[in-house]
Amino acid sequence: MSPKVKFEGLPREMIALRVSREIKEGSYVNLGIGIPTLVSNWIEGIDVCLQSEIGMLKTGPLADGDNVDQDLINASCQAVTALPGSAYFDISESFGMIRGGHIDVAVMGALQVNVSGDYAGWSNPSRGLFVGNIGGSMDLCAGARKLFIAMEHITKDGDYKIVKELSYPATAVGKVNMLFTDLAVIEITPKGMVLKEVVAGLTPKDIQSVTEPKLIIDPKCKEMEL
Amino acid sequence: MNKIWPSLEEAIADIKDGAMIAIPGFFACGVPRALLQELIKKGTKNLTLACGCGPLLGAADELKALTLNGQIKKVIDSYGLFRSASKGMQDPFEQAVRAGKIELEVFPMGTMAEKYRAGGAGIPAFYTPTGVGSVVEESIVTNIEANRKPKETRMINGQKYILEYALKPDYAFIHAHTGDKEGNLRYAKTAKNFNHVMATAARITIAEVENLVEAGELDGDCVHTPGVYVHRMVKVPRPKFAITID
Repeated sequence: MSPKVKFEGLPREMIALRVSREIKEGSYVNLGIGIPTLVSNWIEGIDVCLQSEIGMLKTGPLADGDNVDQDLINASCQAVTALPGSAYFDISESFGMIRGGHIDVAVMGALQVNVSGDYAGWSNPSRGLFVGNIGGSMDLCAGARKLFIAMEHITKDGDYKIVKELSYPATAVGKVNMLFTDLAVIEITPKGMVLKEVVAGLTPKDIQSVTEPKLIIDPKCKEMEL
Repeated sequence: MNKIWPSLEEAIADIKDGAMIAIPGFFACGVPRALLQELIKKGTKNLTLACGCGPLLGAADELKALTLNGQIKKVIDSYGLFRSASKGMQDPFEQAVRAGKIELEVFPMGTMAEKYRAGGAGIPAFYTPTGVGSVVEESIVTNIEANRKPKETRMINGQKYILEYALKPDYAFIHAHTGDKEGNLRYAKTAKNFNHVMATAARITIAEVENLVEAGELDGDCVHTPGVYVHRMVKVPRPKFAITID
């Protein structure tokens, strides 16, 4: 299903910046592939520890030139650097700490999110395959204390991504806490989707027009500050 | 105990058609590439390659050769397909999966890790919260419809869990930074990933090591995989990887 309108939203870097504001000092955070990875560009100077499911705590900035080490990559297969206090461990330890509830926040991309906090991200049926790349996404949803989704509000073709019912295969059900898009910030609560912030120049009505489920407008709903 | 073998060729000589081999590596990092190349030379067929996170995408040339040689029966992985759908369509492995000529069985990555950990530690199966509410809960996720066996679930303290089974491959191919003659291994940084758990799970573990040292030269406090899990070692030159996947 497609909304009738399309709005000019924030660039991906700015979605990442808005997500970074929601991450508290002292948090252990895992960033998924895509927009979530960009969050790492905005947390320098904040005492946040990035966990990479390949088996690393305190993952440092991307490596380039002579800094590239083929034995040191992040979970998105990018060469990274270590920081003072970085730690390495094996994969069962890594997923033990993920499932065991030791990661405060996971930030993931998504193809669809629904009003119950279910989301789809691991398989796009347009590829025409029953199998797909699950990677660590389902473990992070099962174990992280909070799950944030960072994504474009609608698809490139103009279809809803915030939907009443998922039409794509679910990654997790009832796990999404906050949704950050190029147009809005939405909190998922037992009562439904609560619109918290709207990007400058748009109104809550505009956001509703590109969102399939009915939004609850927070009385304190404000313009998104970056 | 001396576990050093003179060549990769001899170290893998007893692998027969139909074997299951664990292949560690997280995309391009920590993949036992020299052993894979030897396996291609040997031409063993009907293989099940038990992976964890896309080592065969990191070793794309080896995957292509294994596929085109018709050596692979099945791959088990959490991330076995190229990220780009258009690249995937051109890839012989994905084409074989689409045609049902190769089976691709998929589990979440943490479940893959635990399957090997359990396999090496004498635990036959385990309950995990990962995948509840998804197709992973309903059945084995595979491209071969006849093999989509239903999974068991159980409520524990009011929460639903999925029963997943341990995996015990016939062989594990391991890539380590350093090994000593007792078979103790040490990995470099994130190249550790699936290497340790796979070494514990397999019946016969064959390690390619970049540095081979005498017993005593690898500090016992710095051993990642104790020698009891390692059966054969061969020294190999440090491989060169391109750190990319499509």
